[in-house]
Amino acid sequence: MFREPIVPTSTNVIVAAGALVLTVVTTVLGRIDLAPWNLVIALAIAAAKALLIVLYFMHVRFTPGVTRLVVLAGVLWLGLILMGTMDDYVTRAWMDVPGH
Amino acid sequence: MAELRIVAEQFHDLQQQREASTLGMWVFIVTEVMLFGGMFTAYTVYRWVYRAGFVDGSRHMELLIGAINTAVLIVSSLLMAQAVQSAQRGRRAPLLTYLGGTAFLGSVFLVLKAFEYYKHAREGLVPGRLWAFDGPNSGPMQVFVWLYYAMTGLHAVHLTVGVGLVAILLALAWRGTFSAVYHTPVEVIGLYWHLIDLIWLFLFPLFYLVV
Repeated sequence: MFREPIVPTSTNVIVAAGALVLTVVTTVLGRIDLAPWNLVIALAIAAAKALLIVLYFMHVRFTPGVTRLVVLAGVLWLGLILMGTMDDYVTRAWMDVPGH
Repeated sequence: MAELRIVAEQFHDLQQQREASTLGMWVFIVTEVMLFGGMFTAYTVYRWVYRAGFVDGSRHMELLIGAINTAVLIVSSLLMAQAVQSAQRGRRAPLLTYLGGTAFLGSVFLVLKAFEYYKHAREGLVPGRLWAFDGPNSGPMQVFVWLYYAMTGLHAVHLTVGVGLVAILLALAWRGTFSAVYHTPVEVIGLYWHLIDLIWLFLFPLFYLVV
């Protein structure tokens, strides 16, 4: 009746275990000064955890295409606001602008 | 006695109704991403401007409580995923157990968060009259701490709503509303719950692990 497969317990447990392990890793690495990589590593680990949860817990791996596009669009839109705001601030000192 | 229509009039069949409900929840989730996204953007700007203040502020976070809360939410998401699976299989008893576990862990997070806020207040880690950390980075530290309260507070509000929704699911499941044929509310509120987990997974490194 439903085309969406039922995710087995073993998969759910593995996903949760993976996310928990990554939490330990990010916490341990967060106490060590790995400048300038700390932020990149922390965000990469958070993104990996997020991917696990989005794909398996939220079933996006088994979701029809249109809905997946909406998910992707949300992520891209967030990227737009971050990029658009930061590229303004980061480049403000680059040129002599009247009034600055 | 009124008949329970599982498939609403505008849908062709149950499958289409399920897909529409899922899509609807995802569109709502995207609006939530925009809501928190605005605050994450504010965080990004201020972290870029006030790097030292953010490092100082992060040093005063309760790392152990934050890490435990992260684990609590991940496990709660596991229980919620299992609840959805039970609903898909039409198994009422496991469904009730998993929903109960999810709501319980969500509440544990809120209690730990409240205790954490209390600890902060005792230390004077509150911008304004109680502020106890004067020094070269005092102002930027207060920006960090304010963002911390605003973002984790908004997250906690969402989590409270989530616990309430899961409690409603518990009541409906108890009354036998769900079956292998119809369990869409469980799936859809499951998506909302996972979103709350996702948001925390980004809040945690950004506030507790700034080095």
